Amino acid sequence: MVTSSQSRPGTPSPAGSTPQGQEPDGSRNPAGRSVSPTSHRSVQQRAASWIRKRGAGPYLLLLPATAVIGALIIWPAVQVGLFSFQNYGLMQISGVQPTQWIGFSNYSQILHDPEFWKSLKTSVYFALVVVPLTLIVGTLVGLLLVRLGPKMRTFVSVSALLAWATPAVSASVIFVWLVDPDGGVVDWALAKLPSWLGGGAHWAQFSWTNATLPAYTVLTVMLVWTGFPFIAVTVLAGLRTLPTELLEAARVDGAGPWRVFWKVTFPILRPVFLVLALLSTIWDFGMFTQAYIVTGDLGNRDEYNLGLYEYSQAFTQPPHYGLASAAAFVLTIILLIVTVGYVRAAVKQGSLA
Amino acid sequence: MTSVSVSGTAVSSRAASGRGGRRLRRVSRKAALNLAGLLVALFALFPVLWMISTAFKPANELYSLTPHPIPLHPTLANFRNVFSGSVIGMSYWNFLKNSLFVTLVAVALSSLIGLLAAIALGRFKFRFRTTYLIVLLIVQLLPQQALVVSLFIDFRKFSLLDSLVGLIVVYAAFALPVTIWMLRNFAATVPKDLEEAAAIDGAGAWTRFWRILLPLISPGLVSTSVFAFIFAYNEFVFALTFLGTDTAKFTLPLYVQYFFGQNSTDWGAIMASSTLFTIPVLAFFLVTQRRLASGLVAGAVKG
Repeated sequence: MVTSSQSRPGTPSPAGSTPQGQEPDGSRNPAGRSVSPTSHRSVQQRAASWIRKRGAGPYLLLLPATAVIGALIIWPAVQVGLFSFQNYGLMQISGVQPTQWIGFSNYSQILHDPEFWKSLKTSVYFALVVVPLTLIVGTLVGLLLVRLGPKMRTFVSVSALLAWATPAVSASVIFVWLVDPDGGVVDWALAKLPSWLGGGAHWAQFSWTNATLPAYTVLTVMLVWTGFPFIAVTVLAGLRTLPTELLEAARVDGAGPWRVFWKVTFPILRPVFLVLALLSTIWDFGMFTQAYIVTGDLGNRDEYNLGLYEYSQAFTQPPHYGLASAAAFVLTIILLIVTVGYVRAAVKQGSLA
Repeated sequence: MTSVSVSGTAVSSRAASGRGGRRLRRVSRKAALNLAGLLVALFALFPVLWMISTAFKPANELYSLTPHPIPLHPTLANFRNVFSGSVIGMSYWNFLKNSLFVTLVAVALSSLIGLLAAIALGRFKFRFRTTYLIVLLIVQLLPQQALVVSLFIDFRKFSLLDSLVGLIVVYAAFALPVTIWMLRNFAATVPKDLEEAAAIDGAGAWTRFWRILLPLISPGLVSTSVFAFIFAYNEFVFALTFLGTDTAKFTLPLYVQYFFGQNSTDWGAIMASSTLFTIPVLAFFLVTQRRLASGLVAGAVKG
């Protein structure tokens, strides 16, 4: 606690408050105090006792973190809101013209842009498909993991977590290669598949990344692949907290695995599933890197999701920072609504204690 | 008499066959579960294994009519291509150096700042403590592609574009909320009595910090550092936006993406570059995963 006052001298001003600082301190640290007589106390010690008296310790410790987060995360978020009401573009960033407040015209412009609505729809549909799919796959794997022996369980969960830890850039490049029309293993396998499983020669040289639906099918598989391990491991941790007597009792009463899951496991783990669903929604709705690479570096406007649409407004020529900010603000608000749900669930779960 | 004994053996034999059947069923159930486990592991590992295998394939095997999981004639040509720097004119080492520099400094910064904040939140009761935690939780989930517009304009003013320093600052800041959130739990679990006992024995605040608090929090510091490392090493959006034109400053994710864009059909070389980017972080993850398992579940991490 005193450490922080020593590492950043000058932050508190001990001079103004010396009268109180000279009284003997509270009993928290009597030994350290008795060594030095009150009259010869150094500035450092006086500062320390001032801090302790005012209860300023925690605030000083929080100061650097608050400054960094405030300047680099919160301020930019506020600034996005401000820019969204300005005509911020090439002229303004190069200093040729000053920025002007233009009311809601950025918003009305994007709301009248069919591309905005298409990208929003893409993001919404994508989240609606990927979130449940990831949750189902992850939960099934979690239920499998809890039934495996310890060695097998470690092997499977570590293998799965390797998929989770694979960088988004690598995953994207790998998946583009897997579905490559010329050398990709996916088209080869689909062409070999018997026709009653949907396979056939028409899959040979099928191009996955040139149209919205196939591209987002690839992204769906990729995000399930990256996302399921986290769900599985979290569900596994939840399952291991369940009282075994309860599951035994349900089984003795003749309940099958399906009923046991829906009547016992799911109700108890409902808060865990809620948190996982909300987090997955935030991640999948806000997907950027994977979509950027798979759909071809902003080259295919048809394949934008909301994140790509917003980013392209700012970073394709000519730049429209105002429009981008308006789109970014819409994106942020949608995600904030989900985040509020997440925070409420997290608070209920007691993770703030 | 005889009838009784006959019925007795009948009962016991039926019981035996029942037990055997149950054992058989248990064994086959176990086999089925293990098989399912292996399939899950295969699904999870397949893309990464395919990447590695492709990286060792000569050009003529990339487009063969029947792809083989293991290269028939493994070659190091693709890796040589990446190391010689035939694309950007600079070798992989340059980009590894950039990535490690940015990542390690950012991790050190966020650990240091995060530790101070975590001590405040884990060991003190004060007004706004809960509010602060909630703000951290929200801030951690703000979309980076939204904030990057605003940060780009600010960084342009401060000449922090095309600069690794700018990237370090951003990575340290965006790793902070999770770092604080996770470290706070570790700080809270160090018993107050321990510190008070040391104080009575004459230890000053500085000594108490170095001798008691820090050693007990350090396991937590290790796991938060790993998370911050993985975040900063993998990060793409900020690197893409801030390092747009200066290829010499590229970090590894940007290098791999650029390499992919320039060499769009030389999949052997692309996979070699991607392997050299991915394997270090996966190896690092394997080494530290034991520590991570608990933290992973405790705080929902990853953006």
